Order: sequence, then C-alpha cells, then structure tokens
Amino acid sequence: MASEKELTLLKEFTPQIEHTNIKQTVWMIFLAAVIVLGFYALYVQITEGHIVTGMRDNVVWGIYIVNFIFFMGISYAGALISGTLHLFKAEWRKPIIRIAEFITIIALLIGPCYILLCIGRLDRLYYLVIFGRIQSPITWDVIAISTDIFGCLIFLYLALLRDIAAIRDFQEIRIPKWKRKIYTFLALGYTGTPEQKERLHKATDIMAAMVIAIAVIVYSVLAWIFSVTLQPGWHSTIFGPYFVIAAVFSGCGVMIVVMWLFRKIYHLEKYITIKHFVNVGVLMLILAALFGYFTFSDYLTKWYGSERNDELLINLLFDKYYWLFILSNYIGVLLPMIVVGIKKFRTINNITISAIIVILALWVNRYLIVVPTLESPYLPIQDSRPAWIFYNSTWIEWALTAAGVAFFALAFTIGSKLIPIINVSELAESPQEEEKILE
Amino acid sequence: MKSLTLNPFPLKEATDGQPKKSSRRDFLKKSLVAGAGVVATGGLIEAYLDTSAAESGEKVKVLTTTGEIVEVDKSQIKYPRISRKESHQGIPGKKFVMVIDLARCKNARACVEGCQKAHHLPKDQEFMKVYLLQDTENTAPYWFPKPCFHCDNPLCVSVCPVGATYKRSDGIVLIDNERCIGCKFCITGCPYSTRVFAWRHYEEFDEDTQPYSPEASSPGVEGTVSKCDFCPDLIRVGKLPYCVTSCPMGVIYFGDIDEDVVTNGAETYQFSKLIRERAGYRYLEILGTRPSVYYLPPVERQFPVDRGFDGLNEEVEKRYESTPYVQKQRRK
Repeated sequence: MASEKELTLLKEFTPQIEHTNIKQTVWMIFLAAVIVLGFYALYVQITEGHIVTGMRDNVVWGIYIVNFIFFMGISYAGALISGTLHLFKAEWRKPIIRIAEFITIIALLIGPCYILLCIGRLDRLYYLVIFGRIQSPITWDVIAISTDIFGCLIFLYLALLRDIAAIRDFQEIRIPKWKRKIYTFLALGYTGTPEQKERLHKATDIMAAMVIAIAVIVYSVLAWIFSVTLQPGWHSTIFGPYFVIAAVFSGCGVMIVVMWLFRKIYHLEKYITIKHFVNVGVLMLILAALFGYFTFSDYLTKWYGSERNDELLINLLFDKYYWLFILSNYIGVLLPMIVVGIKKFRTINNITISAIIVILALWVNRYLIVVPTLESPYLPIQDSRPAWIFYNSTWIEWALTAAGVAFFALAFTIGSKLIPIINVSELAESPQEEEKILE
Repeated sequence: MKSLTLNPFPLKEATDGQPKKSSRRDFLKKSLVAGAGVVATGGLIEAYLDTSAAESGEKVKVLTTTGEIVEVDKSQIKYPRISRKESHQGIPGKKFVMVIDLARCKNARACVEGCQKAHHLPKDQEFMKVYLLQDTENTAPYWFPKPCFHCDNPLCVSVCPVGATYKRSDGIVLIDNERCIGCKFCITGCPYSTRVFAWRHYEEFDEDTQPYSPEASSPGVEGTVSKCDFCPDLIRVGKLPYCVTSCPMGVIYFGDIDEDVVTNGAETYQFSKLIRERAGYRYLEILGTRPSVYYLPPVERQFPVDRGFDGLNEEVEKRYESTPYVQKQRRK
C-alpha cells in the first residue's frame, strides 16, 4: 500500500507522465532528427565502406572508439553512485539515484554500438560468439559488456519496481488503459508486503554489489584492449585502474549536468538541492585528484625515462595536440578541484560548469590516448597522402557521434515520461529524515 | 597429398610468369587419381600438370618426390590453391625464413610491384613496403624493404577474437578473410605496421577469378584485413615468393631455417653462416615478437642511398619527403 507521503510525491510527477507539452515534443523531434541523420551516415558508411571515415591503415581506430570508451565510462556513474551509496546507506542519494541508474543503462546501450561501427564486416558479427577465442581481449570485452548490460538491467529494474507498482495503484493518474496494463505487467504483482519488501531489499543489495564489481571488470578489460598491445603510449600497467578512475570521474560530471537539467526543467529545486551538487561535486573532486595523479604518473614515467617512441609520442602530444592536452589533463583536473574545493566558488551553476568542462576534458583525454599513439608507430609513417598520416575525422563520424548523444538525451526524456525521475518510493520511505536528505 | 609435394626448391627456377589458372576441384580430382595407386613418376607429376593447356615448348626440370628429374612444359604447370581449412596446416617439416640484404637495396620497388600485381592489390594496399630509415641523426640512412615478419610470438594472432589469423607449423602467419570480422585489433597489435585494411571494395579484387585461399591472400574482400603471406601457394609448387623473384638486385633471400639454407634464386647460402658472417639481425628484437625475417646491415653497399630516388614516380617520392634525411638534403 502506498503511503500518504508517496501519494503526494507521485501527484507531483503526474503531469510529467500524463502530458507532453509542445516544447518537449519539439525537443524530441529534434533529437529524433539527429538520430535519423546518424542512421543516414551509417547507411553511407555501410554502402561505401569505411573509406568514408577518417580512419586509415595507421590510425585504424578513431572517434568511434573514443565514444565507446566515453559512453562506457559514464555508464559507470550509475553503478558507482547508486550501487555504492546504496550499500553505504547514504540517505542523501535518494533523490538522485534514479538519474544515476538511467545514465548507466542508457550509456551502456549506446557505448557498444560504437565498437560495432569500427567493425568492417558487421554481417559476420556472430562469429564473435561461434568462433570466439578466449585468448583475445575482445572476447573478454564481449563477455564483460554483455554481463554488465544484463546486470545493470536487472539492477535498474529492481530499483524501478516499487515505483511502477505505485503508479499502477495510483488511481488519480490519467493514462491510457494499455499503459496501465504495461505498468501492471511490469510491477510483477508487487504490493509491498513485508515479505516482498524483504526480498526486494536483499536482491537490490546483491545486485548493487555485483554491479560495482562487474563495472570495475568491464572498464579494466576495456583498458587492457589497449595495454596488452606493444604500442607506445598504450603498453602501460596503469591503464586498468586509470580507466576505471577516469570512467567514474566522467560519470560524476554527466551526473551533475543531468541533475542540473532536470532540476531546471522539471522544477525539482525542492528535491535536488545544493547538497546533492556539493556531495557529487566532492566525489568529482576526489576523482579529479586521483585521475590527475594517474595521468601524471603515466606521462611522467614516459617522459622521464623515455624510450625513443615514447619520446616521439610525448613530442606529438606537446606539439600538435598541445591545447587539447592542456584542456584534458590540466584544466579538466584543476577546475573541479578549485570550484568544489574553495567554498566561495561552490555554487550549483559553478559546479555544473566545471562538470561540463570535465566531460569535455575526459572525451579529449580518450582521444589523446587513442589517436596520437596510432600516429606515432614504431616504423615511421611514410606516405604521401595526408589522410593516411594524420587522422581527420569526417562528418560521418561526427554525425554518428551526435546521434549517440541525441539518443542519450531522447532516452532520458522518454524515460522521465514513463517513470518519475526521482525515486518516489525510496524518498517516501524515510520522511522523518527528510531534512537530512534535502537539507 | 603429402606424398605429392614436389621439392620446394626446383633445380632450376621454373618460371617467372603468372600462375596458371585452374580450379581447385580439378586439382583435387587429379590428385585423387594420382593418389589411387599410380606409382609411376609420371603419374605423380601429372597431378601438377594441366595437360589440356597448350604446350609453350619451353621446358623446365623438376624434381619428383622419388628423386627423379623430369622435364615438363612450363605453361602446363599448375599452381593449385589450397582450401581455407587445409591452409591451417603448415607445409610439413618446414620452417621458413627470409633474409633481406640492406646493402643491396636501391629502392627499385620491383618487389612491391611484383607483389601487388600477383596478389591483385590496389595502390592503397602494399604487402611489401620500402621505408627510408635512419636510426639517428649521425647514422647512415638506408632503404628498408619490409614484408610481414611472420613472428614466432605474433601478437596479431593472440589478439584476434575469431581465429581469422593464425600461425602455422611452418612459421607462416596467415589471414583467412572469410573469417575476419574486420575489428582491426590485429592492426594495432602489430608493432611493425604490417597489416592493411580494405577500406572499400577495389576493382583489383575482381581481377582474380580463382577461388579464395588464405595462402594466396587473393581475392581481397572489403572490410577485412590482409598482409604479406610469404606466398605459401608458390612455395608449395617449389617457387620462391614474388618479391624474391621480382627483385633485380637479389636483395631478398628465402629459405628454410631447419635446412639452414636461403636463396634469392641466383645465389644460395647457408643461413646460419650468412647471418654469422654478415652480422644479420632482426628488426626491433627488443619487442620480443621473434620475427622470421632477418636483415643484413647496409655495409659496403652496392649503391649510394640517393640512387633509391632515381626513377621514382612523384607519389612515391613524396612519401620520403618528411624523413630527416631528405629534410637535411633540402637544407643543403
């Protein structure tokens, strides 16, 4: 049975679920158009071959792989924030966990698509399963990512279950019959008996722990794809943990930006307060410090006792990629530390701006890991065609990147139309602690 | 099938021409007939002869497995292609090795052209590449032909998720482009930039009408990876790889490390002695990939390095523009 508190909360989110206003419709049509453009780009790539991308024999992986790492990275936000905070019973998490879980699952659905875009023969994709070799890090990735998607879906579903049941039981909400039927089906007969509550709680605990572990594995495996090779700049023992830290870091950034957006658009000022921004901000600060430390260790050792090819790579990074390097590895690290670290600067907008910079910096950071290394191989690139020497991404690749971002936004918008963007049941559970949560 | 293998090194270099086209089924049928109790030398040889082809009149001598020398017509020799499955088996008892004499190379690019033509490769895809290397500012520049190194510890093979690239008992690393999914992981795995990707469909691929075999690396397929294959289809019929026979300077030697012999077609050396006396080495030994290709250092050169620029077309000449050597020459 839904509590009094739950009903009031639900009432507040009813308009979002009942109606879609004109602004939102236009927004969704725009996103859909971007996605359609992406599909057109994909069609061109499939019919004309990978020659339409900026990738060539030396730089065989471009921004598709960067996007792959990036989206997998932000998917980590949910796993960490919702999983860890759930396990540590941090009460303040309650208004933001749904956002975190949405980020996780949506990003996780987009990420692997980008690796598919790099595959020359999509028609043979199933070979990965029927001829899979366990010796190959790509097979590790296939296993890890599919486990991750599965685990995260279960975790998200468990987290949604009580709210789905609440909407099903909420008579005042005016939704079409078929929609209510879907809610009824998805609620799996959950009515909130003590036994059900106990079971759900246990299952969520287990999945929270699992999701954290799986996410660490997925991200390490992803890093190993690079570090198992002999390429200068990739062949690094630090890559596993470095990628995990970078992932959570970027996830925190996306978390803050999404929190800001929903707070503004859905008027959630009452639920998402400065406390949440500061708390996630502090998390981002710690991760910025760790990320900066890993980055520094990695490049220091490459630069100080440099082999010839490390030297070439470092020279390239500090020459052609100078400003990108400064943005990703200096500004992206120092800005969140300053903004969150110094009390005077610690406002919602400031934290959000630094989070945007962090997201950009981390995307660029991945670009600087993937591309310059491939541009400075052991044997110098001797070619007369500029396109085959340096990587220049094409509109095809950018259209598909935009499509990924658009899908992320679209899925989020649709998601928030189906289920309250704030976990109503969790929030209603501890009214006496409300002040502590919202402050 | 094994008993039919001719000596990989015929007494006399058989032919420089293109392999005769013949269907695999035809070959199999004939070898089955040959295997079914035909004891006579002529019968064994017949499996490799296309008697329906017109005689050119030019005779070559070949050595049979029974040790006899027989004379056959050049144009009637067949170079059959092995199936994908069979190509996983190395040529029994062999361990191939290549030696490249840097003192002789003058960037004539005949190896590249010979290889391109025979493998039906477009300009974008070079199995053999010739680099202009200079280890440091104060050391000598030299031309560096680079095939696939067919490493004994091949990272490309380790990282392949579907087993499309594999190492054989005879040391050759091949790619099966009917298995390859085009993930390009092997390209990033190879530290020698050896592998090439078919970024689109090329007209050259259509020139080859024979059935595909990993041993021939032809016809190419869009969206898959390919590379130098050491020409096992030629080795099987006792010929040397295209790059070896195309090179006018005899830069490239090919042979068997167990038999301890390498030849460029004209000269034959004891491999171990050649490496010992000429201080042969493997490129980037430090990476631990254990290549099957050895280099003889560019000492007492037959040509000054600048001869390598003679007769190059504009496109190829432009490749070397950014090298420290050319930059330095420019400044002078």
